[in-house]
Amino acid sequence: MAVSELKFVPASEFKQRTGAAVADPHLRRSFRTAMDYLMAKRAAQFPDSAALERQRALAEHIRKYSLSRLPDLLEQLERQLTANGIQVHWAENGEQANAIIVGIAKAHAAKLMVKGKSMVSEETELNAAMEAAGIEALECDMGEYIVQLDGEKPSHIIMPAIHKTKQQIAKLFAEKVPGASYTESVDELIGIGRALLREKFMSAEIGLSGVNFAVAETGTLCLVENEGNGRMCTSVPDVHVAITGIEKVVEKLEHVPPLFGLLTRSATGQAITTYFNMISRRRQPGERDGPKEVHLVLLDNGRTQAYADEQLRTTLQCIRCGACMNHCPVYTRVGGHAYGTTYPGPIGEIFSPHSMGLATTHALPTASTLCGACAEVCPVKIPIPELLIRLRGDATHPASPGHAPLAGQGAAASLLMNVVWGAWATVYSRPALYRAVTWLATRLRALTPPIQSGWTRSRTPLKAARRTLHEELARRRGK
Amino acid sequence: MQRGTPSDQRPTDVYFFATCLVDLFCPEAGMDAIALLEREGVAVHFPQDQTCCGQPAYTSGFADQARSVALKQIQLFPNDWPVIVPSGSCAGMMRNDYPRLFADQPELQAQARALAGRVFELAEFLLNVLQVKWNERVQDRSEPVTVAVHTSCTARREMGTYEHVHALLGQLAGVKVVTQEREAECCGFGGTFSLKLPAISAAISDDKADAIKASGAQSYVSADCGCLLNIRHTLEKRGDALPGKHLATFLRERLSTPDDKS
Repeated sequence: MAVSELKFVPASEFKQRTGAAVADPHLRRSFRTAMDYLMAKRAAQFPDSAALERQRALAEHIRKYSLSRLPDLLEQLERQLTANGIQVHWAENGEQANAIIVGIAKAHAAKLMVKGKSMVSEETELNAAMEAAGIEALECDMGEYIVQLDGEKPSHIIMPAIHKTKQQIAKLFAEKVPGASYTESVDELIGIGRALLREKFMSAEIGLSGVNFAVAETGTLCLVENEGNGRMCTSVPDVHVAITGIEKVVEKLEHVPPLFGLLTRSATGQAITTYFNMISRRRQPGERDGPKEVHLVLLDNGRTQAYADEQLRTTLQCIRCGACMNHCPVYTRVGGHAYGTTYPGPIGEIFSPHSMGLATTHALPTASTLCGACAEVCPVKIPIPELLIRLRGDATHPASPGHAPLAGQGAAASLLMNVVWGAWATVYSRPALYRAVTWLATRLRALTPPIQSGWTRSRTPLKAARRTLHEELARRRGK
Repeated sequence: MQRGTPSDQRPTDVYFFATCLVDLFCPEAGMDAIALLEREGVAVHFPQDQTCCGQPAYTSGFADQARSVALKQIQLFPNDWPVIVPSGSCAGMMRNDYPRLFADQPELQAQARALAGRVFELAEFLLNVLQVKWNERVQDRSEPVTVAVHTSCTARREMGTYEHVHALLGQLAGVKVVTQEREAECCGFGGTFSLKLPAISAAISDDKADAIKASGAQSYVSADCGCLLNIRHTLEKRGDALPGKHLATFLRERLSTPDDKS
């Protein structure tokens, strides 16, 4: 299965890719409609803005507290999980994580792995690694199943196939699913998927899932889902492997409900999801079901780089609700694929530079008007615009003294930009020079160029006034 | 953030920080803002050495260059008077970002903080500090008009000055504010974003222009020159003559009485 068509877009192609995306009326319409729907559903869940602010403050506090104790909590989590009979593995990068999972699958001579929804497994490109090892990895979340069937990657972290219409999915199923006939009935389409997946759940030797919250104190893996496929993947096969980023740990069970309540409301506008799974042990003697083996793979992949810097650490507060994407004026127009990264939208712009390095991602932090809609809806109050400004600086400058350079620090440094901003600072920090330059601009207004870089693509040219305010007021005072 | 002072502490003098966009592209908005302040009996001081708040460099990741410009502005306001800025975006830079910009220089940071504490966006100052009550004093004698309001994202989310513009417009009997679709959404300007990723910026700006047109408003106002220029020049490119004004100009025109025009 070709999963690698939509590999990461190099920074140099980011502009073209997003330019093509905004020019696609079909894509524009489908994202606009879907995002409007999600924004309205979320808003309906938070009628009381003061209450929401209290909940956000609590959730932010829980996430900050958890991160402040991250090394301790991870050790505690490992101890507790191990005591519960769950095997813990550590992976520095995606390659290591994939090797661990392939190793577990091979140890059980697995031919088929059923997968619940896991963005971390998208991040590590696990499916490709499993395929290379001769093991089928089948996505069982309906949206993930659809994009996998079409050789695509998710365009949204919560709704992977949100870019597709009912008709496209009908056509895809008729072409790719054996025995399926063309139908645009959503119920029938889901029925086709369900029937096929049921069979697979029964025959898979290994099931994979993500983790929404890992509780250190009890050694519990919490999994939030709506379709029940997550429960199937974690309870039917003999082996369950969970994979998650190291930042997902919280200390106590009581820290979960405030985060869970905000996660589902922010993500899909649901007060609660259909399923909430809490996994603390493997199958115990005398029990009739459940996996005989449970593993947890904890992935770093750049997270410790963000962790090491007090400001950038706030990136790791994220609980992956996707609200920042739904509310972003850029994401809603270019869609998720244009970013070319596992995590698109505002969260991807601040996370990808750590997981992939600034050398290939330095264009991402520029894809924002800094309007702040993302930070306004973020349930854990990540100051996304501030982080974008910070990363714009890190992409174009060497690390400041006393700070460790980020991977790819200064990759977008440009002599031209240094000259432009240097000249700008020279003019704007010398009042007499500034007045002379702006005076000249007003006198040359007849020579205003008709083409002004990107501005005049969709706008008439900017023309200086006849006199600057400085000059008007100097004249008035002189009267 | 709500700011205000009791009316017995009504300031008699204020500084005016025009912003670089108003200075070069919308000086009439600056003149009108000054006129609005003066008609409330406040003496307005305009330091001729002002240039720009430094935001374009700051948001582009060029903090050193932003700092060198910001440093000059910080030194322009020696007296303890309020500093009035006819832009939520630039006022936000001076109030919220200046202290951050000088985080490594305690002495300058203290100066930046002291300045930040007396920076006001124009609408916020008129409403909360001067506590204008135009509906009691003057009659809005101009023709009735419907307007759409575009609030800049900084004004809305960082400065909390969204209601202020509506409250001021609400004091004018002849003005009816109409709501546009997705009113809280960005206009697509984003400073240097509009030059770096022009296709995306154009898509957002076109949608904003569509929404304002679809609202049926006869005019539109914004308290931020950046958004105003973006929306105005986008509409103009489409051959649309819908007039847009800076809030200060709109208010001054509606409130004009013969003796104001001197």
